[in-house]
Amino acid sequence: MKALKYIVPLAIFAVLVVFLAIGLTKDPRKVPSPFIGKPAPAFTLSLLHEPAAVFSPEQMKGKVWLLNVWASWCVSCKVEHPILNEMNRKGVVSIVGLNYKDARADATKWLKQNGDPYLLSVWDIDGRVGIDYGVYGAPETFVIDKQGIIRYKQIGPVTPEALDKTILPLLRQLNG
Amino acid sequence: MNTRAAVLALALAAAPLAWGQSAEVANPDAKVEARLKAIAHELRCLVCQNQTIADSDAPLAVDLRRQTRAMIAAGKSDDEIRGYMVERYGDFVLYKPPFNAATAVLWVAPGLLVVGGLAGLVLMLRRRKTRESAPASPDPGKLRDIAALLEGDSDPAAAGRRRK
Repeated sequence: MKALKYIVPLAIFAVLVVFLAIGLTKDPRKVPSPFIGKPAPAFTLSLLHEPAAVFSPEQMKGKVWLLNVWASWCVSCKVEHPILNEMNRKGVVSIVGLNYKDARADATKWLKQNGDPYLLSVWDIDGRVGIDYGVYGAPETFVIDKQGIIRYKQIGPVTPEALDKTILPLLRQLNG
Repeated sequence: MNTRAAVLALALAAAPLAWGQSAEVANPDAKVEARLKAIAHELRCLVCQNQTIADSDAPLAVDLRRQTRAMIAAGKSDDEIRGYMVERYGDFVLYKPPFNAATAVLWVAPGLLVVGGLAGLVLMLRRRKTRESAPASPDPGKLRDIAALLEGDSDPAAAGRRRK
């Protein structure tokens, strides 16, 4: 009975430690997207390079593709950009750019400087499509399957690690 | 001097309106702004996570306020607006998370802790009370000491005193 006096606080402490330890392994910046497994929201936006032409996600039906949210003002976008360029060069997957809250001139200049890995970029000047996709900071990348369902969302830059461990295996599986 | 006073009066009159960014819209409709304020205080800004979209000046917060304003103007109910945000950003966007399987521990744990703590306290106090009210059990060692003292009472000096 006397041992209980020591065991109870110790047990409570142990539970607390477990909870805090789990908490430490999670990044509070990474909010799980409620879109995983849901259809990519529809939109129609004009193209960055051709204001007269429009794009909507239905055009990609039957293909596995990436929707990459980027902007010329976005610092981390520069970090992931070489990876996107490399993916495009190797023809891994079609990447559609969602140019988010950016001036057309700045965006096209940025692509000229850093390379354009996109099949096309659409121009979301007021960020409305961004809101529809639950975007809260560029860059973000959505993996969308042949049926137009969002299968994965990368929050923050596409890192080599995320690419090798998550995105490439997922693309293989979706294409297979 | 007069103009300065007038400007001051105007500024003071406008102060209640100046929560965050009333300059966002040219002619704020008081009713819409009041509802927006109420809803915006319940929604988390995902860029600066410990602020509501009412308190935050982050571009995303401005966009979400604009979106909320547009939805109010379109006659959407508060629940519809909250639902719209949750659909896009998940339950995390709500400052008051809903009760479901994922948040059950969050909601129940504080209650359990209070109940458990109170139960422990009551138990401890009760045990202490019974210990205090129970007559002290005689310690055999002490009894022996007392007996020895009483015995010592019949020492010669005491006996002499008694004789006088």
